Amino acid sequence: MRNIFLVLRREYLVRVKKKSFLVMTLLAPLLFAGFYAAVIWIAVGSVDSKTVQVVDESNLFSNEFKNTESLEFEHLPIGIDSAKILFPQSKANALVYIPKDVIKQPKGVRIYAAKNVSMDLKSGIEKTIEKQIENIKLEQAGITHKVLEDSRVNVNSETISLSEEGEKTSSSTAATAIGMFCGFLIYLSVLIYGTQVMRGITEEKTSRIVEVIISSVRPYQLMMGKIIGVALVGLTQFSLWIILSTIITNLASGIMTSRIAGISKVAGISEEEAVQATQANAVTDMLGAFNSLNLPLIVGCFLFFFIGGYLLYSALFGAVGAAVDNDADTQQFMVPITMPIIFSFVFAQFVIRDPDGPLAFWTSMIPFTSPIIMMVRIPFGVPVWELLLSMGLLIIGFAGTIWVASRIYRVGILMYGKKVSYKELAKWIFYK
Amino acid sequence: MNIVDIENVSKEYAQHRALDDVSIAIPKGCIFGLLGPNGAGKTSLIRIVNQITGPDSGQIRFDGALLNNSHIARIGYLPEERGLYRKMKVGEQLLYLAQLKGLSQRQAMEKLKIWFEKFDIKNWWDKAVSDLSKGMQQKVQFVSTVLHEPDLIILDEPFSGFDPINANLIRDEILELRQKGSTIIFSTHRMETVEELCDNIALIHKSRKVLDGPQALIKEQFKTNTYYVEHRERLGEIVPSIEVKKETALADGFWRTDIHLKTGQTSNDLIRELITQVEIRSFGENIPTMSEIFMRAVNEVPEA
Repeated sequence: MRNIFLVLRREYLVRVKKKSFLVMTLLAPLLFAGFYAAVIWIAVGSVDSKTVQVVDESNLFSNEFKNTESLEFEHLPIGIDSAKILFPQSKANALVYIPKDVIKQPKGVRIYAAKNVSMDLKSGIEKTIEKQIENIKLEQAGITHKVLEDSRVNVNSETISLSEEGEKTSSSTAATAIGMFCGFLIYLSVLIYGTQVMRGITEEKTSRIVEVIISSVRPYQLMMGKIIGVALVGLTQFSLWIILSTIITNLASGIMTSRIAGISKVAGISEEEAVQATQANAVTDMLGAFNSLNLPLIVGCFLFFFIGGYLLYSALFGAVGAAVDNDADTQQFMVPITMPIIFSFVFAQFVIRDPDGPLAFWTSMIPFTSPIIMMVRIPFGVPVWELLLSMGLLIIGFAGTIWVASRIYRVGILMYGKKVSYKELAKWIFYK
Repeated sequence: MNIVDIENVSKEYAQHRALDDVSIAIPKGCIFGLLGPNGAGKTSLIRIVNQITGPDSGQIRFDGALLNNSHIARIGYLPEERGLYRKMKVGEQLLYLAQLKGLSQRQAMEKLKIWFEKFDIKNWWDKAVSDLSKGMQQKVQFVSTVLHEPDLIILDEPFSGFDPINANLIRDEILELRQKGSTIIFSTHRMETVEELCDNIALIHKSRKVLDGPQALIKEQFKTNTYYVEHRERLGEIVPSIEVKKETALADGFWRTDIHLKTGQTSNDLIRELITQVEIRSFGENIPTMSEIFMRAVNEVPEA
């Protein structure tokens, strides 16, 4: 045990002290948050406001162009020709011309600008004009505004799961999101950390230090120390990511709320209303849905399936690392190992649509696919016996791969200058 | 008392038999030369003693007890293929390797300080191994091999990669370690080193032990009862009592003649005969070198 501990401590410290670890740990949540921030930023609109001049010969749109934080409309009481002449001197970004007979000939609308107009601005102006023309035409046809409003229904269904505990609001969207996220995380981390184990072993082999080490510790201890050490690196990275993301998200959502408040002021709605409308609906609904999911169970299962899946695959990656002489030779053996991982991720896309189907059931039982598939299923609710069976099979699975790997490892680390075939690997397993 | 008793050890790999019923006794406190041509099975044997692999049959005793895990800390091993973690710092690396051999961090630190001073490498502590020259790396690895003061030190070609100055330094260390009571197993192809350092030897060829014992005894055993004489004129075939093995003309006009003693003849008898014939410059017994013994022992083994 002391030896495994010594090995794993070295493996852990060497990796955690690397600059790339620090960079990845800090950068990933920032990138993540940055990506979200960018999306929100674009959605909310850019800060610098633009001025749009409107020459409305039809006189139908005097109240229709509403100022927003980023757009300011200016109605010009002059003709289009003089407006065009004056436009370069004015600081306006665009000039909209609405002809007198716009209702009959909507194609007469023109947008003039010094530079190209953004799609957003163009479609915004077009929509406003279209809507107004539509309203006017409908009114001409005898349909009142009231009738129109009533005819617009917003369907927003709520899915409710029926269980022994009674009705509980659930959200299949939330379950899908969480399931896919967990599955993806396991997929990624098994690949990344599994490869790290493999690299570490090849490195020891190529640098020839392995012979010194295994004159002090058993090959099995060296392998397990490495696998566990790298697992702890992964867990450390996850925890740091979660902590950092939480901090950043909290900061970001603070900024977001204040921005929403700012927008609503301009739009003339009361701040509370706006926050309620946007946040209450979207965020609290989502939060409520997440809360309806059994989060402790999901986190617990995530840890179990991450560790189980990682142990299962990293042992195989380790065996590959031991069987070859250098990184370049790993390719031929990598394929059969990465295939099931990639397949599970592909299966996950189908499983998520039918989380209780036969494909879902079987792939969440087979230890090679279960870490990813089971995680995808869990947010939707999985019978306890299925979960326990899957966990049990996974334990048997990784115990098996670790056994196989340690047999290959033992022989492989001292084998140099030989291209190994599968047949040979099989022989190694049964060496005395 | 033997530190290691190798008893009827056989080891087979998929394609070939690496060791065939090998028995060797290694006495405590000696420098033991493990010799043999490439591929004879030396490394296989060393790996078995190091418990890296196990024998198919036979057994090993260490200090009287069957080889087990507790012996790992009492053995230091310098493999022929040297290797260290390239990106790890020298100090950290040596600490790690020492701890794997069972030392506590404190013990390892204390001993490392002594060695760093002895080898005058104090400023290497924080250097990455990859920044060191090959010879420097060898030194570091030598320290890691002997740091835990093992009872048995196994050195596979210990002088390869060292310049003569450092080779001497290492040689002195090896002798000092023996002085302190360690037993040293040497695996090498350099017969001069064997000649100079080894008390006992064993020769393995084609997976079998063909020769072992104290070096002096083996030399005695391989003596052919021949003497050499250097003399001024060529020795004629006038003396029937002398069996000439070989005559060589020397550069300075002298001749060297190798003579085989006949049964019952002593070296004094031979000198008495020769004195009447030629002017003798030097006379001595032909003692076989390790290199000659090696060649002869290897060539005498019939093809398997």
